[in-house]
Amino acid sequence: MIELQHVTKLYPASARPALDDVSTEIDKGEFVFLIGSSGSGKSTFLRLLLKEDDPTRGTVTVNGKTLNTMSKWQVPKLRRTMGCVFQDFRLLRNRTVSENVAFALEVINKPHRTIKRVVPEVLEMVGLEGKANRLPHELSGGEQQRVAIARAFVNRPLVLLADEPTGNLDPETSEGIMLLLERINRTGTTVIMATHDYHIVDSMRRRVIELNGGQITRDQTRGVYGVGR
Amino acid sequence: MRVNFVLSEVATGLRRNLTMTVAMILTTAISLGLMGTGLLIAGMISDMKEIYYDKVQVSIFLADDVTDEQRSAIEAQLSDSPEVANYLYESKEEAYARFQQQFSQQPELVENTPPDALPESFRVELVNPERYEVIAAEFPNGQNGVDQVRDEGDFLDRLFSLLNGARNATIAVAVVQALAALLLISNTIQLAAFNRRNETNIMRLVGASRWYTQLPFILEAALAGLIGALLAVGGLVLTKVLFVDKTLAGPIKAGIIPPVDWGAIATIAPVIGAAGVGLAAVAAYVTLRLYVRL
Ligand SMILES: Nc1ncnc2c1ncn2[C@@H]1O[C@H](COP(=O)(O)OP(=O)(O)O)[C@@H](O)[C@H]1O
Ligand SMILES: [Mg+2]
Repeated sequence: MIELQHVTKLYPASARPALDDVSTEIDKGEFVFLIGSSGSGKSTFLRLLLKEDDPTRGTVTVNGKTLNTMSKWQVPKLRRTMGCVFQDFRLLRNRTVSENVAFALEVINKPHRTIKRVVPEVLEMVGLEGKANRLPHELSGGEQQRVAIARAFVNRPLVLLADEPTGNLDPETSEGIMLLLERINRTGTTVIMATHDYHIVDSMRRRVIELNGGQITRDQTRGVYGVGR
Repeated sequence: MRVNFVLSEVATGLRRNLTMTVAMILTTAISLGLMGTGLLIAGMISDMKEIYYDKVQVSIFLADDVTDEQRSAIEAQLSDSPEVANYLYESKEEAYARFQQQFSQQPELVENTPPDALPESFRVELVNPERYEVIAAEFPNGQNGVDQVRDEGDFLDRLFSLLNGARNATIAVAVVQALAALLLISNTIQLAAFNRRNETNIMRLVGASRWYTQLPFILEAALAGLIGALLAVGGLVLTKVLFVDKTLAGPIKAGIIPPVDWGAIATIAPVIGAAGVGLAAVAAYVTLRLYVRL
């Protein structure tokens, strides 16, 4: 359902490619860790899937659609089939927890009735029932990330992209977030998570794609973070 | 589309950079006000042309001691001339009657003018108004009972070129102001977009259409344009009530200048409104397209 063919991404500012001839395939329902040191190209990989940027060479396919030839006005439709979560949560500061989640449905014109029903459901799923009316700054980091996950998942995306979602969280909180992502994965949603947290990768034993200087140096089905660590 | 949501975004946006918004509204108002003034002057010019131009182009004033033979000779010459389209004889009495009517608002002037002070004349309409010289040459001043030949068109031409100049200057200043207004709108929208980049980025990430993310900004500009237009129309109304109707009351009543009536302002107001809203919205849209990555 996601395919990259000989994808190279060069940013105008730098001489070294952020992604260098990357080819891989990810099936529906998979849970994939994208690992590698800082600057290895993980975020770029995810940005290309969201069509936040276009590859310099090669083709990116998501849900059978080639992103390279997709016109700009079709991008919103693509993104409605994908959810995304970031290290810095990216919540609206002046809106409550439930407003933040509802926001994702409002902007895609879901009816009011549906929003009223679905938002409490998903807040309960991420364990935030009772905190619906708080503002983001009244929540812990882990709770904020749960709001972000609720927002990403609320319209049942086919794919969930997570860029270092536990990067700002302590190990215990991270574990809770991972359980949540696993649960989302069990509903059939493909999860692609960029991370360099080896504890998490090692304990989950899922597919690992390792990037190094923009190239895939390892692709292992039940991998650990570092070979020989 | 969630109307409440969009409107609350618009209100927040306008409040957040109040100084810029006020500057943008005032510049827009001045520009639109000047544009309206230009349009009013243009309307006035065409009204005046209708009043004046069709009537007399050349007046042949007769001497006080003109004889009946001289008068008939002049009339015969006029009716034979291929240059003359039409002519009208005006006796001293008729001239006085017209004078009385024209200056009915200034009774002292009428009282102080003896009934026989105004000369009799032929009012001549030319086939081609430019050929005044030919007629003037046919009736030399001070000969054969002719006192003076006057090109009324020449005076009108000078008057209208003055009025046209005023209109053009007003519109030119309006255009320069409009340019300033457009730049301010563009700047304000860029600032607004920058201030709200987090919200907009999140909207884009969750799949909001470009239209949805841009609409609040465009509405914001359009609203400012509308307020500017309302201020401009208010300015025109004040100008009419406080300046035109007061200072120019005399010449307007004398029929020398046509009045600025409410109908003209009512016709121009929607034009100004549409121009304000339309230009602001287009400026915002183009700005978002060219300078802001939403
Ligand atoms: N917008 C950008 N402009 C220029 N260079 C960039 C940009 N984003 C990332 N890069 C460069 O591309 C490379 C890969 O970055 P990134 O994909 O963010 O890696 P990671 O997420 O693994 O840390 C780095 O060398 C980074 O400096
Ligand atoms: Mg990164």
